[in-house]
Amino acid sequence: MSLAVSRRNIKVKLINHEIVKKKMKSRLYKNVLFKGIFLLATLFGLLVLGILLYRVISQGIGYLDWQFMNSLPSRKPEEAGIYTALNGTIWLMFVVAPVSLILGVGTAIYLEEYAKKNRFTTFIQINISNLAGVPSVVFGLLGLTIFVRALALGTSVLAAGLTMSLLILPVIIVAAQEAIRAVPKQLREASFGMGATKWQTIVRVVMPAAIPGILTGAILALSRAIGETAPLVVLGLPLFLAFLPNSFLDTLTVLPMQIYNWTSRPQVEFQALAAAAILVLLVLLIAMNSIAVIIRNKFQKRL
Amino acid sequence: MDAKDYQGLSVQDMIAEKRKKRKVFSMDRIMPVVLLLTACVSVLTTLGILFTLLFETFSFFERVSIGEFLTGQKWYPFSDPGSFGILPLISGTLKVTLIAVIVAVPIGLATAIFLSEYASDRTRRIIKPIMEVLAGVPTIVYGFFALTFVTPILREWFPSIEIFNALSPGIVIGIMITPTIASLSEDAMSSVPQAMREGALGLGSTKLEVAFKVVLPAAISGIVASIVLGVSRAIGETMIVAVAGGSTPNLSWDITSSIQTMTAYIVQVSQGDAGYGTTIYYSIYAVGFTLFLFTLVMNLLAQYVSRRFKEEY
Repeated sequence: MSLAVSRRNIKVKLINHEIVKKKMKSRLYKNVLFKGIFLLATLFGLLVLGILLYRVISQGIGYLDWQFMNSLPSRKPEEAGIYTALNGTIWLMFVVAPVSLILGVGTAIYLEEYAKKNRFTTFIQINISNLAGVPSVVFGLLGLTIFVRALALGTSVLAAGLTMSLLILPVIIVAAQEAIRAVPKQLREASFGMGATKWQTIVRVVMPAAIPGILTGAILALSRAIGETAPLVVLGLPLFLAFLPNSFLDTLTVLPMQIYNWTSRPQVEFQALAAAAILVLLVLLIAMNSIAVIIRNKFQKRL
Repeated sequence: MDAKDYQGLSVQDMIAEKRKKRKVFSMDRIMPVVLLLTACVSVLTTLGILFTLLFETFSFFERVSIGEFLTGQKWYPFSDPGSFGILPLISGTLKVTLIAVIVAVPIGLATAIFLSEYASDRTRRIIKPIMEVLAGVPTIVYGFFALTFVTPILREWFPSIEIFNALSPGIVIGIMITPTIASLSEDAMSSVPQAMREGALGLGSTKLEVAFKVVLPAAISGIVASIVLGVSRAIGETMIVAVAGGSTPNLSWDITSSIQTMTAYIVQVSQGDAGYGTTIYYSIYAVGFTLFLFTLVMNLLAQYVSRRFKEEY
């Protein structure tokens, strides 16, 4: 009995309800206060995006017309356009999309379906995640040495495209790996059980199921390549170009380079041109992102 | 058909016969090799980066001593004879990165806590895609934003700030890496088991106490890793500083005057016509190598932190 009493005494000492009640108010108040602060911080991101869009639209919309899309760059702001830059971006994609997709999906298939769990596989995997963290400007130095100089491709569509492909390769590999890993094991085993070989299983069972995920990741990666400027500047691509490439060995300029060129000029007119070009770039990116989201939503539930 | 034709033909024999017919160069033999080769491209890329930087940096050190490069306090590559001390460029990079971290860490973490602890599913479904959009805005657009919006505002408030300064690109890089920190930290916090939250709530904690005393400590490895990755991106960021940071390398803690970062120097030289084989040409590789080492250390640190201090539930 004495034990029970002493226990009760301790309990009473431990929790003093009056103190708890007194503190309760300030604790709840703090909770609400911090919730407000956290909400404000979250809204800050939205606010920045809003201001950024508003600034770009209000500055650039005046220049954005058919003539702007169809004119060569010019020293006179009212005549200048993004014809060469927009076409250059499209040319660039003709190299980047196939090269990065083939290399990225190939690597992902190898790592997920064929690779044994040994040191070499771990090494490739760690290497890929480190490659994803290398600054884009360093990829520019790689491209400058290997593609522009050693392989003598010059500042061509091919050199720029290969550099960009290597830059986004880690992103595509990781996305494709996740998509392939998400395909249920039973599907593969059912296929093997029916007598299919490994390659048949990969081509006819795994790939069809994984393609939506791969496409989503690939489109997002390509949209990164479209907006990237630094490596192309390092390659030595011209900031001003008045003709279109005729082949993959001709030089080019791309939208972000054109924006960079106009942004770094002091005149207000050129900054408005930059804003107009940014609008075109953003519309392009939003379109690509929407396609990626649509693919993701449409096929997500199937498996 | 006559049943006699099949006498003595077992399934095993049929399989063996089929196997004989299979071509020597079947897809099942070729593809693993082809795929292995594609997987090697990523390894070759890393090796390519390493050897390119190493060889050209070596050529640079034949002209400029390592001692001068590492300890020299002046970076005037275009004067004759040029002086190549990388400290001013590093100081520019660190200043911008520090400002970015001061902006991004509080906002990013607050956003992550709000999304994982307070927000309803609906709010999260609206806000997360917006963060993704912010993360996907090309850096040249942020550069434009820094130069034409943030800098003028700063100059209105503090007239002593120069047109090109460290503050404006620092703030904008902070805005740029905020989604990275917020989204990765939110992932780490969301993966803390609900049971731990409910235990604390059941003992009478407020949501704030749950967030600070239960969720944050449990998710700390992921949070630290996200910050380190953000820092690594800030160090390697190029276009924002090239547009809004200026091109005057100086070794000081002054954030109001023009600076130059390692990345901006590489861009400046690439744009001009420094001939192949000159000291200036090789200097971009030495600077690039230094930059590469900085970000490599950061990335390895992030991986180490997230592996070593990971709490498994």
